[in-house]
Amino acid sequence: MTTLPPATGKKLGLVIDLDICVGCHACAVSCKEWNTGGYSAPLSDIDAYGNDPHGPWLNRIHSFEAGDGTGGRTVHFPRSCLHCEEPDCVTVCPTGASYKRSEDGIVLVNPDTCIGCKLCSWACPYGAREYDQSHGVMKKCTLCVDRIYNDNLPEADRVPACVMACPTGARHFGDLGDPDSIVSKVVKEREGYDLLPELGYRPVNKYLPPRTREVDRSHAKPAGERPAQIDAVHAPTAVEKFFGWADRMLSD
Amino acid sequence: MHPAYSVIFFTTSSGAGYGLLFLLAILGALGLLPAERWFGLAGFAIALGLISGGLLSSTFHLGHPERSWRAFSQWRSSWLSREGVLAVFTYVPSGVLAIGWIYFETTSSVWNLMAWLTAFFSVATVYSTAMIYASLKTIPQWHNGLVPPVFLFLALATGAVLLNFLMLAFGIWQAWAVMIAIAALLAALALKLKYWAFLNTRSREHTVESATGLKQFGNVRPLDPPHTAPNYLNKEMGYAIARRHSERLRRHVLTLCFITPALLLALILVLPGMFGLFAAGAAVIASATGVVIERWLLFADAEHVVNLYYGREAI
Amino acid sequence: MTAANSQPTIDTSPLVSDEVKTTTCYMCACRCGIKVHLKNGKIRYIEGNPDHPVNKGILCGKGSAGIMQQYSPARLTAPMLRTGDRGSGEFKEISWDEALELATKWLGKVRENDPRRLAFFTGRDQSQSLTGFWAIQFGTPNFAAHGGFCSVNMATAGLYTLGGSFWEFGEPDWEHTKYFLMFGVAEEHGSNPLKAALGKLKGRGTKFVSVNPVRTGYSAIADEWLGIRPGTDGLLVGALIHELLRTENVDLDFLIRYTNAGWLIIQDEGSPEDGLFARDGDGQPLCFDRQNERLAGAIDKHVVPALSGEFTLSTGQVAVPAFQLLVKRFLSDRYSPGAVAEETNIPAETIRRIAAELAQVAFQQEITLDVSWTDWRGEKHDKIVGRPVSMHAMRGISAHSNGFHTCRMIHILQILLGSIDCPGGFRFKPPYPKQTPPLLKPSGKPGDIRPSEPLGGPHLGFPTEPEDLLIDADGNPQRIDKAFSWDAPFASHGLMHMVINNAFKQDPYPIDVLFMYMANMSWNSSMNVPDTIKSLTGKDDRTGEYVIPKIIYSDAYYSEMVPYADLILPDTTYLERWDCISMLDRPISEPNAAADSIRRPVVQPDRNVRPFQEVLIDLGARLGLPGFAKDDGSPLYPGGYPDYIANHERKPGIGPLSAWRGEFQDEWGVGTPNPNQIEKYIENGCFAVHEIPEDQRYYRHVNKAYIDWAVKVGYRITDKPVFFQIYLEPMQKFRLAARGHGNVTPPAEHRERIRTYFDPLPFWYPPFEEAMVTQDEYPMHAITQRPMAMYHSWGSQNAWLRQIHGHNRLYIHRGRAAELGIADEDWVWVSSHIGRIRTQVKLMDGVNPDTVWTWNAIGKRAGSWNLDPEAAESRQGFLLNHLISELLPKRGDSYRYSNSDPVTGQAAWYDLRVRIAKAVDTVDGVSLPQFEVIGRPAVVPPAPANLRYGAEFGDATT
Ligand SMILES: Nc1nc2c(c(=O)[nH]1)N[C@H]1C(S)=C(S)[C@@H](COP(=O)(O)OP(=O)(O)OC[C@H]3O[C@@H](n4cnc5c(=O)[nH]c(N)nc54)[C@H](O)[C@@H]3O)O[C@H]1N2
Ligand SMILES: Nc1nc2c(c(=O)[nH]1)N[C@H]1C(S)=C(S)[C@@H](COP(=O)(O)OP(=O)(O)OC[C@H]3O[C@@H](n4cnc5c(=O)[nH]c(N)nc54)[C@H](O)[C@@H]3O)O[C@H]1N2
Ligand code: SF4
Ligand code: SF4
Ligand code: SF4
Ligand code: SF4
Ligand code: SF4
Ligand SMILES: [Mo]
Repeated sequence: MTTLPPATGKKLGLVIDLDICVGCHACAVSCKEWNTGGYSAPLSDIDAYGNDPHGPWLNRIHSFEAGDGTGGRTVHFPRSCLHCEEPDCVTVCPTGASYKRSEDGIVLVNPDTCIGCKLCSWACPYGAREYDQSHGVMKKCTLCVDRIYNDNLPEADRVPACVMACPTGARHFGDLGDPDSIVSKVVKEREGYDLLPELGYRPVNKYLPPRTREVDRSHAKPAGERPAQIDAVHAPTAVEKFFGWADRMLSD
Repeated sequence: MHPAYSVIFFTTSSGAGYGLLFLLAILGALGLLPAERWFGLAGFAIALGLISGGLLSSTFHLGHPERSWRAFSQWRSSWLSREGVLAVFTYVPSGVLAIGWIYFETTSSVWNLMAWLTAFFSVATVYSTAMIYASLKTIPQWHNGLVPPVFLFLALATGAVLLNFLMLAFGIWQAWAVMIAIAALLAALALKLKYWAFLNTRSREHTVESATGLKQFGNVRPLDPPHTAPNYLNKEMGYAIARRHSERLRRHVLTLCFITPALLLALILVLPGMFGLFAAGAAVIASATGVVIERWLLFADAEHVVNLYYGREAI
Repeated sequence: MTAANSQPTIDTSPLVSDEVKTTTCYMCACRCGIKVHLKNGKIRYIEGNPDHPVNKGILCGKGSAGIMQQYSPARLTAPMLRTGDRGSGEFKEISWDEALELATKWLGKVRENDPRRLAFFTGRDQSQSLTGFWAIQFGTPNFAAHGGFCSVNMATAGLYTLGGSFWEFGEPDWEHTKYFLMFGVAEEHGSNPLKAALGKLKGRGTKFVSVNPVRTGYSAIADEWLGIRPGTDGLLVGALIHELLRTENVDLDFLIRYTNAGWLIIQDEGSPEDGLFARDGDGQPLCFDRQNERLAGAIDKHVVPALSGEFTLSTGQVAVPAFQLLVKRFLSDRYSPGAVAEETNIPAETIRRIAAELAQVAFQQEITLDVSWTDWRGEKHDKIVGRPVSMHAMRGISAHSNGFHTCRMIHILQILLGSIDCPGGFRFKPPYPKQTPPLLKPSGKPGDIRPSEPLGGPHLGFPTEPEDLLIDADGNPQRIDKAFSWDAPFASHGLMHMVINNAFKQDPYPIDVLFMYMANMSWNSSMNVPDTIKSLTGKDDRTGEYVIPKIIYSDAYYSEMVPYADLILPDTTYLERWDCISMLDRPISEPNAAADSIRRPVVQPDRNVRPFQEVLIDLGARLGLPGFAKDDGSPLYPGGYPDYIANHERKPGIGPLSAWRGEFQDEWGVGTPNPNQIEKYIENGCFAVHEIPEDQRYYRHVNKAYIDWAVKVGYRITDKPVFFQIYLEPMQKFRLAARGHGNVTPPAEHRERIRTYFDPLPFWYPPFEEAMVTQDEYPMHAITQRPMAMYHSWGSQNAWLRQIHGHNRLYIHRGRAAELGIADEDWVWVSSHIGRIRTQVKLMDGVNPDTVWTWNAIGKRAGSWNLDPEAAESRQGFLLNHLISELLPKRGDSYRYSNSDPVTGQAAWYDLRVRIAKAVDTVDGVSLPQFEVIGRPAVVPPAPANLRYGAEFGDATT
């Protein structure tokens, strides 16, 4: 039902590290692939080979530039459902198809009861809900609910498809309600943050900011580069100076 | 927001229908309208017809209209569900009222109670419709205190214009009815002007920096969208209208939705009779056109915060 | 109220698949291990194989989109014979028997008359050991794969200098490195491992510097981005070398032990020995031994070669250590940071700082592993010292006409820091390192080619002197692509990009059959697409026949190249066939392990297609080629490709696969063929790994145990150590020839070029196009990058990937655009010296201001790939290839060299210079040029409108 559970047992979610995401789209395609045959089946592709190909993707990768000139950054930015704690996408749903699971906080759409009114997609600030035109129902990230508890998969594989695929390791999955979980710790350490916090949706997913860069790492002066012995009469050329040094080194 | 015609038709048509229903009920209960069969039949047919047509059209944009009955279940949290429930509830007293009016040609006793209930549910339904939009924090142009009164007064005004036409058609012309309509139009106009003023001056509090959290590095600009072809979000929420275009349309709304009907109605005061009927008819057409444009603009002017991820700097 | 009102119960443990089959991905050349989940015979899901050495479970976007490749509507369905004109797309379906008979007839005639008249070139395939072997047996000298337009600069510069290379033959020691410097990489052949490594480096705070004109992808996450001006890396690296020398930060011990730094170079201008190594009577190079103060064998035990000085040889000639020449060159003002700052767009301060950082990490953060090992001299060492600075470079260096020398410079930078095959440095992957260069010479000299006879040796090799060139007595090229001629002496991968052009010009000679496999040569892998199409369709005025009479082509999809061929041999998809990623070719080894792998059919083809390898083996048998047919004419491998993989022996005991060989099925590398070998591979996940013992993992150029093992398993043919060549004597031999010395000398018109570019020490020169066009007219550089989610042209048929990259834009620097009056999303004309295209721009900050760029190979020809002709790929997409000339502007005598590196023949894609101007006539929003729409053959059914893939699998709700 679309009233929210007072509290959820766990707060499962993703932590996305913008410092190492290279924008490769692996997570997005892997998500599409898993989910088109999974709980959200199918994720249709409309006009698949025509001039307006589109269809639901539960995870999409943007890229932005931040700051100006060479001091600026290019930041790749994956965007999927944040499994908010106060998600209006759930409360606006007239049918109860949209719900937040009380046991783990995953926000899901029941494809059997959704009427495809699209209101939840209007209520989501993060563009995490995508309407499937050919299926007539709303689709969204399921946090791979059909993987993470799946007894038919090896233990190690019981993580979301996007996390499994991510080549750089920029995606982490875990219980953000447990302060001792690895994800909670990394969020704390790296000052993970919420998107559009002013809207009050209280996303469970967190983003880790790009690290500030310590460009100059030459603090320790390397060996060498002693001032050349001043010899007014015969100032050594650079080559002579170098081989003078090399000679000394090889004679030692 | 993409202006979906089914939703525009639904809100304007049912709005006018509820406006008319509300007036029929109140004025009927107060005995200001004749409890006469044919007038009643015409009045309720138009009001309930507009409402039902609107509600029906709203199911056109559903992916699964055959499941729409499910939409009544979540009244505890969902304004859309509440609207559905209230719309259905409204049929009960209004249906009973209609039976009294048309069949028994009375609006007193139990029918009187039904009339008050009809009026109440009409207001509540339109308010719920408005709240579907006004409750969306994601769309600042909707998420404000002006949207519900605008919806309510536009429903009332368009309903009142209709009522005048109806009364003239039945030859039961009343100056106070014209005055009510003009007053409703002016009130709606005032609210709408205020709303537009709000749109013009409102601060854009959501920014791409807050959407991405990258403020610390400087201003944020999109480099590449996730996909090169427009997706559902772009199509549904990416609709944007040029300021110039929007202002032109506002002028059309001003003339068509408010000034023309008000002037035409005012003319009736001077020249009732056959000319009055034509004027009232013209007012209906003008206000209907005007309110459709108004509703189209309400969508076109509305910006969804998701656009911050797709190139909009602030919303 | 109803069930809708409570949280539904869902099945969180649905059965994922009925069956999981391992194989190897082929959405790109990285060759990751995959697990294919099958449900009701259809592919449910493809995931990375966690046990696989390459990807360890991760999977890229392309790999995950394999389902859509498998069910692509662009798949060819049956053999086809052209019925309309070339390019029309009109074909009729024929049977495999007809197709193979026709091919046999065409090819048989060529082989009987003049095998040279077959040009057999293969593209992005991974069966070069088979295709090459077939071409040898056929007897044509005209065989190569795509390397010439890809990365031969990296391969040759590395192999001549180090005996291994960037590209696929080595990688940084990700585990230990403390500083990573990367040049010109957007995606890479080993892209998954690279991404995984970058994630780890960033996680542990290792500094990552990216030198790249564009700040996207990997460069976006670099700790420092150096937005270099294209083609000037040689100046940057030269300045880094300058700084290391100036600040006396070089690993002298490393230079003395492992390189030819101390080898003496004869200084005798005018003599035929000038610039060659001083050698003793046995041909051993000499050095001056500091300890005994006399000339000595440079690689004798216990010598300490002098690195500077002038020494008189017994011949009376003067000689100096190679290193002295190097130091002189790089300490010159030309390579000082101040002198290169403006040209490279990198401030002198930054260059000095980076050099200081490199030195600091290499020499003050040295690491030691407590592992004892023995060097080739028998000297025992109880630890391994590492200089944890690592580097990587790819096509940003390679695809310039100065790429060979620039890449050599990078290797010299690594050598000076002593960080080759050491902990934390750049490491070889077995079977590398080989000798510098590998001991393999190209075959195809005039005498090698005889009707109905095999070639006598492999096509591709490593010339070390002019005698090795494949030229006739007059110095004319013997190969259709002019590889190993004076045009491109070290063209170790051939020049596939020149084949069509040369064949059309009948220069050096006409050919009868052009046989190609897996290369989209009429589109994205050609320079100057419009002219390439003219060459493919050009007819002889007298006969009215096509100048290139017969074209046979194997593709799996309806690519732009298909309509230009006469006979189409439709291939299977990568999930439908056997493949062998062999040690004889480009294996999947890791620095710590030798490894190879196979692909196996995981689904059966539902069309009348055959794996190309099977077809080639069949053709070999039909043609009666030795190695494919028995003496009685019957096929040698009746079991097709798996039969060949298991039973073919290149040399006794050495076959395509390394593992489970021998009588007891336990030999690695060498052993009798094992009929169960493929079964073993399948059981093991379709790959095999041979871990290298700890003491053999580093310094493998001189590591005795490793070298002995490598000889034993057939990776090396000599147990001699490898000396890194800072000074490349083979180049000097070519230079001497250009000075008129020796028996084989270049014709007069080639001499100046050979003299200039065959410098035995690396140097920087401006890329040819930059030097030849005027800067005022063409002030900007134009380059491409690979998008991570697209593989060249073959991703566009993929319903998922084409949503990500459906069209491309030209990216231009915001400030430069403002100067040109260009706004975001404007349309512009981009003009080069051969033509112009119209495209839409996107402004950005993170790009070198003199550079524009776009994603590679997104533009498609309308009608190809079974896409709607109105698709964005053709309406808005575009290729820079239309602007890239395959030839350099005319020389004085009107001869035109190919637009390639003068040493290796590497295609110089990124030398392109352009002018940008705002286009006003763009109301239609269409990119130009638009080519004629190509028709869809009736055999390829129309594409479906919508897809609901997976609907049949999903039943998770209860
Ligand atoms: N402007 C510009 N041009 C470039 C480059 C650049 O950076 N910029 N890069 C160059 C480089 S490095 C390269 S390697 C080339 C690549 O260019 P190509 O070698 O042409 O590569 P693709 O276009 O991916 O694919 C070649 C063909 O293989 C076919 N194919 C795919 N799978 C199969 C299969 O299983 N069997 C068979 N038989 N065929 C198959 C495809 O349909 C396609 O027609 O492009 C070069 N061109
Ligand atoms: N996803 C994907 N992966 C692929 C491929 C693919 O098509 N798609 N193709 C495969 C093939 S065939 C190849 S050859 C490899 C190539 O892999 P890469 O070498 O990564 O190939 P490019 O995309 O050409 O990247 C060249 C980079 O060099 C930069 N560059 C251009 N000119 C210069 C210069 O003068 N100096 C410097 N420092 N940088 C410069 C460009 O901006 C670009 O970032 O990728 C392979 N992997
Ligand atoms: S991200 Fe959007 S869809 Fe997901 S829970 Fe939050 S509001 Fe709902
Ligand atoms: S689209 Fe479906 S899930 Fe979304 S609000 Fe409507 S009924 Fe609920
Ligand atoms: S958790 Fe699963 S559904 Fe969600 S984005 Fe990742 S792969 Fe997609
Ligand atoms: S897979 Fe990882 S690196 Fe690639 S886009 Fe997704 S989060 Fe970024
Ligand atoms: S990098 Fe991607 S496409 Fe290439 S082999 Fe690996 S998984 Fe396949
Ligand atoms: Mo390549």
